[in-house]
Amino acid sequence: MIDHAAAPLAIPEPPAKGHTRREALILGLFALAGAALTTGCASDKTALDEYLQKHFKDLSGDELKAVLARMEKKYSEQYGKHVSVSATPPLEGVLFGYALDLSRCIGCRRCVYGCVEENNQSRDPQTHWITVLEMDKEGGVNLQDANAYYDHETVPAPGKFYMPVACQHCENPPCVKVCPVQATWKEKDGIVVIDYNWCIGCRNCIAACPYGARRFNWGTPNIPADELNPVTEYLGNRPRQRGVVEKCSWCIQRTRKGLYPKCVEVCPVGARKFGNLLDPDSEIRYIIENKRVYILKEELNTQPKFFYYYGL
Amino acid sequence: MSFIRKTSDFVTGTARMAFLGGNKVYYAWLGLLLLCIVQAGFAFANQFQHGLISTNMRDSVSWGFYIGNFTFLVGVAAAAVLLVIPAYIYDWKPIKEVVLFGELLAVAAIVMCLLFVLVDMGRPDRFWHLIPGIGHMNLPSAIMAWDSIVLNLYLVINLTVASYLVYCAYHGIHYDKRIVVPLVILSIPMAVSIHTVTAFLYNGMASRPYWNSAILAPRFIASAFCSGPALLLILFQILRKVSAFEIKDEAIHKVAELMSYAMGFNLFLFGAELFKEYYSNTHHLVHYEYLFAGLHGKASPIAPYAWASLIFAIVSFFLFLIPKTRRNVVTMNIGCVMIYLSVYIEKGIALIIPGFTPDQLGQVYEYVPSLNELRVAAGVFGVGFLLFTLMVKVSVSILFDRPQAAAHG
Repeated sequence: MIDHAAAPLAIPEPPAKGHTRREALILGLFALAGAALTTGCASDKTALDEYLQKHFKDLSGDELKAVLARMEKKYSEQYGKHVSVSATPPLEGVLFGYALDLSRCIGCRRCVYGCVEENNQSRDPQTHWITVLEMDKEGGVNLQDANAYYDHETVPAPGKFYMPVACQHCENPPCVKVCPVQATWKEKDGIVVIDYNWCIGCRNCIAACPYGARRFNWGTPNIPADELNPVTEYLGNRPRQRGVVEKCSWCIQRTRKGLYPKCVEVCPVGARKFGNLLDPDSEIRYIIENKRVYILKEELNTQPKFFYYYGL
Repeated sequence: MSFIRKTSDFVTGTARMAFLGGNKVYYAWLGLLLLCIVQAGFAFANQFQHGLISTNMRDSVSWGFYIGNFTFLVGVAAAAVLLVIPAYIYDWKPIKEVVLFGELLAVAAIVMCLLFVLVDMGRPDRFWHLIPGIGHMNLPSAIMAWDSIVLNLYLVINLTVASYLVYCAYHGIHYDKRIVVPLVILSIPMAVSIHTVTAFLYNGMASRPYWNSAILAPRFIASAFCSGPALLLILFQILRKVSAFEIKDEAIHKVAELMSYAMGFNLFLFGAELFKEYYSNTHHLVHYEYLFAGLHGKASPIAPYAWASLIFAIVSFFLFLIPKTRRNVVTMNIGCVMIYLSVYIEKGIALIIPGFTPDQLGQVYEYVPSLNELRVAAGVFGVGFLLFTLMVKVSVSILFDRPQAAAHG
């Protein structure tokens, strides 16, 4: 979520990188002159390995192991506790789908903050993968009258309804189409993922996403060490870097192990449903086949696997 | 003389020409550009240290001033070379010079384009991910990948032709038409393609109704045909004063006339766009409301610019359409400046920002560039203008100030 209130420059200096202005100038010039030189300045094998790391899909089994080990070491040192980084493959015969009951959601934003904690989003500047829109019941779903910045003492506010929006994990994702370097793609289980180490930060995907689901790390992401979730996934909730794009991964670190996404778990009214679209007996299939379903911006043919429905 | 010897002689010779023998105005201009670049170095260092948070771009408006300038300059680069066509058709006297200066402008403009992309990237150090063979280009689906290919190719072609022409003139030898002509001919469709591909970059996104219009690419080409020649017309007049460069008045007036047609067409296309949006009056109209007025009862910070751009476009159209005013030195130059500003606002401000305002979920974030962004952008223009100035100075010295070159030219 975009924090309008946050002053653009009110970001604390990252403690580990206390460059002087002059050093930063030199670094900047080097970045322009040639990236190899930039890494040369760091004169540090880990940084060089990180810089020269191949695209995720080009990594061999051994290379991937080395990358994961390097990251575990780096994050564990950075946060002072053991951090695991896995690359769990998609489950066979699974295509994930999500359903959200618009008639139940009360706009409490527990999903938003549950997601922040689970998925290691930056606390300062604040990054949210889920945006909850407040709209008038009279007006129905009309984004031009939606308010993402509502701030009531209690919810739901009278006459209002709520529509949480995050990555819709489209079958036909426009973000994937426009990425110039294939840093984002759709996995076999339908999850759209990002390789944070390959993203160049051009933000074309943010422009192309019709759902405002993608977030850019404008500043250095910051997570207090005691709040870091140490169970992480390469394509999911591992700590991100400045200058790259991130978004909801349907809690890939949980769902590929058979758990529900965090937002489903924390929702106090049971508005969120998740399951395997290929399983005819799943709850998600039941909802799609029996409830009144609403697909956001259906006319764009993005084919979301995220279905809004009216359960009541 | 061996090729290596000749080349090193060329390099040292041209360096001397670039920096020596200018007048006070020339050095003051160079000094000003250097100042622009140095202050931008500090601003960029700040951005590099803190990230793009030092700009005012945010997730709602995720591209801004940098990408606006990039788009404008792609147009300048494209149109500079397209001037070759009328120069050839109407048989202007100094066709070689018109081609050369057009290509030099294209080179400088593309360099600025690439720099604007680089400063806009979250991870400029990872630019190698985009290099074919080493990186992982998303072809054929990503327009941005295509754009990086055509822009770099266009840069190489223009740089090759321009430096070859200057190199031959320096050594007083005749250039080989078998090298130059095919490359110049190739550069014409390339010029159209760089601007078309750049338009497709925006045009292809269904998420942004403001850009998702089939006439975006034609509008890009039409407006570029105005802004590129506007710069060259001013340059030709300056060169005519300070060097032996000759260009007939008729040629200048002809360019102005062609610009009026381009501007007329540009206005027509814009009118067609406005009709569609306002008559159909769908939710997509919000972006035009933000462009020209504001949303939710709040005035838009870009509306004054949008109106200025439109008024400049209309006034300059008439200035260049009416023979009397386009042949008058004063009104013609006023027209040039107005056209340049009009297209600069249209591409730099009015194209990008309303596309993002309101955002995909209807939220309004009022974007105006931060001081740091403006400073970095000034530096990029500084680099481009410095490059262009030095290249023009060298070319003028070789083509017009040296007797042997004149004999062979």
